[in-house]
Amino acid sequence: MSSPIKDTWILYGETFHSRLLIGSALYPSPAVMSDAIHESGADIVTVSLRRQSPEQGGGDNFWRQLKKLNKTMLPNTAGCHSVKEAVTLAQMSRELFETDWLKLEVVGDDYNLQPDPIATIDAAAQLVKLGFKVFPYCTDDLVVCQRLRDVGCQVLMPWGSPIGTGRGLMNPYNLQTIRERIPDIPLIVDAGIGKPSHAVQALELGYDGILLNTAIAQAGNPVMMASAFRHAVDAGRRAALAGAVAERQTASPSTPTLGMPFWHQS
Amino acid sequence: MITVSVNNESKDCSSSQSLSELLSQWGFESGKVAVAVNEDFVPRSKYDSCRLKNGDKVDVLAPVQGG
Repeated sequence: MSSPIKDTWILYGETFHSRLLIGSALYPSPAVMSDAIHESGADIVTVSLRRQSPEQGGGDNFWRQLKKLNKTMLPNTAGCHSVKEAVTLAQMSRELFETDWLKLEVVGDDYNLQPDPIATIDAAAQLVKLGFKVFPYCTDDLVVCQRLRDVGCQVLMPWGSPIGTGRGLMNPYNLQTIRERIPDIPLIVDAGIGKPSHAVQALELGYDGILLNTAIAQAGNPVMMASAFRHAVDAGRRAALAGAVAERQTASPSTPTLGMPFWHQS
Repeated sequence: MITVSVNNESKDCSSSQSLSELLSQWGFESGKVAVAVNEDFVPRSKYDSCRLKNGDKVDVLAPVQGG
């Protein structure tokens, strides 16, 4: 039986083992969240900031529970609709979470939570100048990804499909093209992953990792699903390293034809 | 006396009070929240010198779950 592969990857100068980044929202309970994150093997957990009244504990309970997990935190700017909102929330996150890492989200359309490509590039440029290490959530558009790289993003996170839909990789061609044209920095499929098979597909395409939340948190058994995704990411990565056979148009026998019985030259 | 909006809730306070004093008065622990006034980030180091004006909109945010 083989053990998990020992390869590592680097995000903004830090080395990680797991290629699964996991969200901390939508779990049925805080205990299930902790167990699922632990079972996923993820090194990086996404978090956010919201208004909280002192009576609610001011977020302190969640903060203490999160710290116990001893994971790298990746704060997001979920829900921001403008460059100004995203930059302000990023600065607040940096102070509170004590990290300059940021998952940049600027929503352009509430119907499918599609990122605003123009505002995302603008915000990324400003944040890089302010010293942030930006993980931009973007659409699977090659030129948008190139522009984000050009303004200083050293990781890109195109979507698989809209957040929470679980539809998997809507456009593998686009994702593959981004991979081929941007071979030199880590690419993470973020959002839309619904099943472990989607994770396998992303890694097989040569993506360096995946980021998901709903697929595990809302599964019938989140802890078991976290385990499934851990193995899926491992399988996909092994497949990418091993090199898949090329597709063919015609059949090709796998059993030797030499020595075939019942055949006689007439 | 001035009126400000704190997390979309109206609050009366004195214009001479610092943001640091006001956060404490409103029940927030300054080390566990981050603050913006009128959508501009106010770093913790400025809480003592920051004074609010009538009609200011204050956001006091704390860590929550995120995807």
